[in-house]
Amino acid sequence: MNDSRSIGSSRGEPTEFLEVGASDGIFSHAWNQLRKRKLALLSVCILLVLYTIGMLAPLVATHDYTETNLAKTQAAPDLENWLGTDRLGRDIFSRVVWGIQTTVILTVITSLTASFVLGLAAGMAAGYLRGIVDIVTTRTGEVVSVFPDILLLLIIVATVRPQFKEFGYWIEDNTFISGVISSGTIDYIVLGVAFLPLSWFGSMRLIRGQTLAIREAPYVDAARSMGVGTPTILLRHVLPNVITPLIVSVSFGMGGVALGEAIISFFGVGVQPPRPSLGVMIGDVTARTGSAAVETLRNHPEQLLPPIIVVWLMIFCWNILGDALNDILNPRAR
Amino acid sequence: MLIYISRRLLWTPVLMFVAGLFVFWLASCTPGDPAELMAGQRADPEAIERIRDRLGLNDPFMVQYTRYIADALKGDFGESYRYRGRDVLELLSPKLRVSLELNIVSYVVTLAIGLPLGFWTAMRQGTWKDPTSTTFMLLVYAMPVFFTAPFLILVFASWLNWIPVSGWSGMFSTQAILPAFTLGVPGAFVFMRFMRASTLDVLGQEYVRTAHGKGMGHMTVNRRHIARNALLPIITILGFSLAGLFGGSLVVELIYGIPGVSRLLLEAVFQRDYPVIMGMTLLGATMLAIANMVADIMYSVIDPRIRLRA
Repeated sequence: MNDSRSIGSSRGEPTEFLEVGASDGIFSHAWNQLRKRKLALLSVCILLVLYTIGMLAPLVATHDYTETNLAKTQAAPDLENWLGTDRLGRDIFSRVVWGIQTTVILTVITSLTASFVLGLAAGMAAGYLRGIVDIVTTRTGEVVSVFPDILLLLIIVATVRPQFKEFGYWIEDNTFISGVISSGTIDYIVLGVAFLPLSWFGSMRLIRGQTLAIREAPYVDAARSMGVGTPTILLRHVLPNVITPLIVSVSFGMGGVALGEAIISFFGVGVQPPRPSLGVMIGDVTARTGSAAVETLRNHPEQLLPPIIVVWLMIFCWNILGDALNDILNPRAR
Repeated sequence: MLIYISRRLLWTPVLMFVAGLFVFWLASCTPGDPAELMAGQRADPEAIERIRDRLGLNDPFMVQYTRYIADALKGDFGESYRYRGRDVLELLSPKLRVSLELNIVSYVVTLAIGLPLGFWTAMRQGTWKDPTSTTFMLLVYAMPVFFTAPFLILVFASWLNWIPVSGWSGMFSTQAILPAFTLGVPGAFVFMRFMRASTLDVLGQEYVRTAHGKGMGHMTVNRRHIARNALLPIITILGFSLAGLFGGSLVVELIYGIPGVSRLLLEAVFQRDYPVIMGMTLLGATMLAIANMVADIMYSVIDPRIRLRA
């Protein structure tokens, strides 16, 4: 881990050119294959649209998500409110758009931190270094995976939120940054942290398995015998080989994160109002006790449709994409 | 074989101890003093100190934890902060029973749909039926529970008035039908996919060809040679697929008004009623760990290859 002789090693590396070429081929091959699958291509398009909407939420939304119009509650869709209004007269379309933003932010944060950073690093370290590193990471993962997912999410969110909130207030008081709490940043960080223990283990186990196989490969042996340092071997030889299975597993995982966020917010523990989230919107109609919610469910069940369809599409499309990528990128199936 | 099983048996308690430690540590990190919570708002510092002493909150962390585990092993999970004087186990156990029943019924639905369907699609690989039913089941799988639950309530209870839909009166009552299907059908996709893959594996084996070559009937080969062997690897996922079911069951309980752990757990989370959360987590994790362990051991008993490798 501690020696990094990058200049010498990169020069003396015969496989460099070939490898770049090969990995290039994999991606263009993947794209060509993907174009042939209509359902997968459709999923990619839907996901692109959803993620664009999420990123451009301030531009796409027609109303503010907190803006209430008590003169026009439970309204049917019209030109001003494209999907109607909810029981407080808030524009459902705009709330769904902002809700998509929440989901987009969380899925991206989780996949980046949990899978691409933590899972990848821990998996490569465990698989390549073996020994104590391997035992510690694997056993830690096993401990975390004995908890039912949603239960663990609930507990971590409940425990971590007060601390982060205090930290948020501290920032607002002591620096010139304002709006840390009201912008919902804290909620995103809290949920991101809560998803971390759940999501890293799957990708870590996958990467570990791959790395175990690759470390015995002749080209890794060759690199090692030429005195290439461990970090370089990991980056040059191991990483390109484990990245495709990781992409597959992440695209399967994204739908799960989207659902997890929706469930947690549905319970009222996740993203806090006034910040909209698809889960909060669904929970407002179905899970909250009180006559208003029951009345809404009975008389205006159509209000449930927009947020639910978006969650549904997210899960479905990510799964279809994962399936397609698995077929395409998995060398055993090819 | 014995070594494998005993290693597995010994590892599970260790796992539970460490897992419990994690939750206990989380609980101890939260701001707010349980003693103040129990004493109420106007208690004087002395009274709070007495409660702290009685609860043993002044002891070092590991001492507290070890005592907690020792008590938990005797079935004493402490006292709820919120419902004063109520034992956690006494609060939890009736609700846990209902949740467990719901999960079992749903699991039966999952298996009853997923396994035959997986087998069926594998036998029809290459025809349009295979991708169509797989995609259809994926659509169902992706359908979030909070869509199916209110939708089914609307259709079957509000519009058709066929079955009563709230409350719970045992797993064999009509009230169990809707929740069980809401929870069970989406999960069937996972089993269908595994069953399909494992059936395809078996289909390519030589003993299947031999059996066909001997002139055995299709039904007999399907049943005796293919289905039986295809079911083997499924056993390993029986354990951990339970974990996924649980999250959904929390939502289903809430929407259908089933008196399971859902509401109690949410209340506990909101009120930071840590004894309840701890008890719930430990019991849940123990059940899961035991399910996993039983699945692993069963697999090693049934499939000798695993035994020999271990």
